[in-house]
Amino acid sequence: MPADPLTLAIRFGYGLSPLHPPPADADALMAALTGPDRIARQYRQPPSPLALSRVAAQLQAKRAMNRDETEANRRALRAANRQLAEDYDDARRALMARAALSPDPFRERLAAFWTDHFTVHLPGGRWRSVVPAYVESAIRPFVAGRFADMLRAVVTHPAMLVYLDQFQSVGPQSRTGRQSGRGLNENLARELMELHTLGVDGGYTQDDVRELAELLTGLSISDEGFAFKPQLAEPGPEVVLGRRYGGAEPARLDEVLAAVDDLARHPATAAHLARKLAVHFVSDSPDPDLVAALAARWRETDGDLAAVAERLVTHPASAAPLGAKAKRPQEFLLSALRALGPVPRALTGMGRRTLDGVFSAPLRAMGQAWLEAPGPDGWPEDAGSWITPQGLAARITWAMAAPRVVRPDLPDPRDFVETALGPLAGRETRFAARAAETGWEGVGLVLASPEFNRR
Amino acid sequence: MQPTRRTMLKGLGAIGCSLAAHPLTTTMTFAAAPGENRLVVLILRGAMDGIGTLQPVADPNYARLRPELSRASPGADLAEGFALHPRLDPLRPLWAAGELAFVPAVSTPYRDQRSHFDGQDMLEAGTGRDVPVGAVRGGWLNRMLGAVPGVTAETAFAIGRDTPLILTGDQPVSSWSPATRLDLSPQARLLLERLYEADPLFHAAAFEALELAESLGRSEEVDSFGEMMRMTRDAQAEERAAEGARALASFAAARLREETRIASFSLTGWDTHRGQRAALDQALRRLSDSILTLRDELGPLWGKTAVLAVTEFGRTAAENGTGGTDHGTGGLMLLAGGAVRCGRLFGGWPGLDESALYDRRDLMPLDDVRRYAAWVLRGLYGIEAGTLGSVVFPGLDLGDDPGVLV
Repeated sequence: MPADPLTLAIRFGYGLSPLHPPPADADALMAALTGPDRIARQYRQPPSPLALSRVAAQLQAKRAMNRDETEANRRALRAANRQLAEDYDDARRALMARAALSPDPFRERLAAFWTDHFTVHLPGGRWRSVVPAYVESAIRPFVAGRFADMLRAVVTHPAMLVYLDQFQSVGPQSRTGRQSGRGLNENLARELMELHTLGVDGGYTQDDVRELAELLTGLSISDEGFAFKPQLAEPGPEVVLGRRYGGAEPARLDEVLAAVDDLARHPATAAHLARKLAVHFVSDSPDPDLVAALAARWRETDGDLAAVAERLVTHPASAAPLGAKAKRPQEFLLSALRALGPVPRALTGMGRRTLDGVFSAPLRAMGQAWLEAPGPDGWPEDAGSWITPQGLAARITWAMAAPRVVRPDLPDPRDFVETALGPLAGRETRFAARAAETGWEGVGLVLASPEFNRR
Repeated sequence: MQPTRRTMLKGLGAIGCSLAAHPLTTTMTFAAAPGENRLVVLILRGAMDGIGTLQPVADPNYARLRPELSRASPGADLAEGFALHPRLDPLRPLWAAGELAFVPAVSTPYRDQRSHFDGQDMLEAGTGRDVPVGAVRGGWLNRMLGAVPGVTAETAFAIGRDTPLILTGDQPVSSWSPATRLDLSPQARLLLERLYEADPLFHAAAFEALELAESLGRSEEVDSFGEMMRMTRDAQAEERAAEGARALASFAAARLREETRIASFSLTGWDTHRGQRAALDQALRRLSDSILTLRDELGPLWGKTAVLAVTEFGRTAAENGTGGTDHGTGGLMLLAGGAVRCGRLFGGWPGLDESALYDRRDLMPLDDVRRYAAWVLRGLYGIEAGTLGSVVFPGLDLGDDPGVLV
């Protein structure tokens, strides 16, 4: 039996919306996903090259200011800083608007999944706005494309190279290494195999990590963005998982990417990611048949993510009853916005203070500060990590307070319980929506209900 | 006569020591574990400048190494040879009452790299350099709970937005940030309880959330969503402010008056590379506010309480070129509470002669901060020395009891 529209909307989207009907069936879901990414053009945020050029501009302004504290330099630095802050605000607005208003929310969920899979967290003002740009350029364009292309884009993006220290890794026998005495940093090489592709049980050894780290030397950054620097590259070929790579003099980027492609194509990668997708979208202990089917489709299509997504949404396990998983805070917040059906202006016109108050501060209080995952392995999946006293208190607080910011004309709670949950609403939740003393408490109770917080 | 190192140390034990008896005098209190004793661990994140806090004014090198800073915030004498930063003057009554002690030259086993992140990890993990990173899970306060019978999730409380490493691990602990407030009408609260009743996961969390919210005291009738949003938005800023420190301490005291025996929270703002005068002023005020709030709000329980304030490492002996100090090695540990032995300095003082410095730049640590923590745990909760040296602080040589508890 295929999944019904309600299940598809909640399991693979951000839930119900008064603005768009749920997808009629899996075909409709896939038709939207494999079509053009219209919503990204409608609600824009700066893509990677632009964001990086603004970081470079800020860096230059900062250097000029350090050399010479003139009024003109001070003004230029202030303008550059303001630009970075505005980029970050645009990214927050775009995230909310796309999730709340898109007819194709499966794409948003997949982008969030891969963002978490390829976690980057860069604290500090200058780099903060680069992370959403990294998602926009290295992840989003590939969610219905080839995994190997996404992987290439990720490992050559400055955000990842900075986050996992790759830009500091120097081949000990490279020209720079011999002159400076600097050496290898294995961080990216290890996470590339352990987290991004093969998985911790993927059959690689410490020697493979070290050889891959030597091969990755040269992946670096400049003020302008990504740079391949042969003077950092360890000379000689490296053997990773039994295969020889590199050895050209001077070293070449395509030799490095050949190994990255092979990691993307490895059967252990298919198995690792099949399971991870099933866990994220369906259940913390997924049906083994679902995992096997996803892995098989991945191997057959060489990691064609649209084909894998199609297998995911059509598999019978995806029609299982909802509620096995708790929405993570970001999913909760975005699905609540979607259920409220705000006018676009309510999201796209949000000022910085409101963005902090409605989005960033509450997510932090719920335990999932935006783009600040605690480690390269991303955020936990299990419900117990999120439905804690403090996390739930923050959800309830948000549910009571935030809806009126995006919908000053709050819906009647008795209608809202239908819009947000439809047939999923339990007796107690319907009763609460009716019995609340004020409209905002009624809406808040619906959003705080267990039904709304599960998926 | 210039005081020498010897005269500075002489008599440290007698100064400021009151003869008042403390309720915590026998091991009988340990029978009903985890017992009645309270422990608060304050983590001073950012590396506190111990030399600027407990000022070795009798050491001639002090004024030489810190020509600006030593004149910026001169303290009045505390014990022979040391003066107390004026921002800690509110703690002097505790010193007089025998409820305050210092260890002026102490550190974790962390050396040389001087990274806040790694230094704090080692401080909270309670490990030494002989233990590979990741070989020991979680933090020492959590592992210590495993050695105490009768521990519940309420026994230890992490206060603040995240559970710090020191309390993470296999043993259940609670966490709460007082900046998360839940203000609902009684009707909405009732409806929420009904809503969660049928879902065990939500039921457990919501019940506790509501209980905790109520224990904070119901604030003014909040009907205005604007007020709620302000609270959400200001929550982070609030935590950093002085009021935040008091709120953390006040929340800790409220829990410690109930089932909780161990609480930990962090105070930030210690990384004083530049403009140390103003920055250290603020950080020390938050520290003294926290300790005094605990004392005031714990009431008679203060007599059974030990507060440990620890930091990841100290700061350079000399001031730098930007009115501050840089990352160092040896630093200061502060102990307070009725369970602490009368106002004393422990562990000696290496002096600030260049030859006596670590790496010719930092205060030489004379002892391991974990040893003091271990003996406090032993004193408060009766944990065996063998367990302390193998499980709680793997590889630590406990040595002789420094005698920091009554």
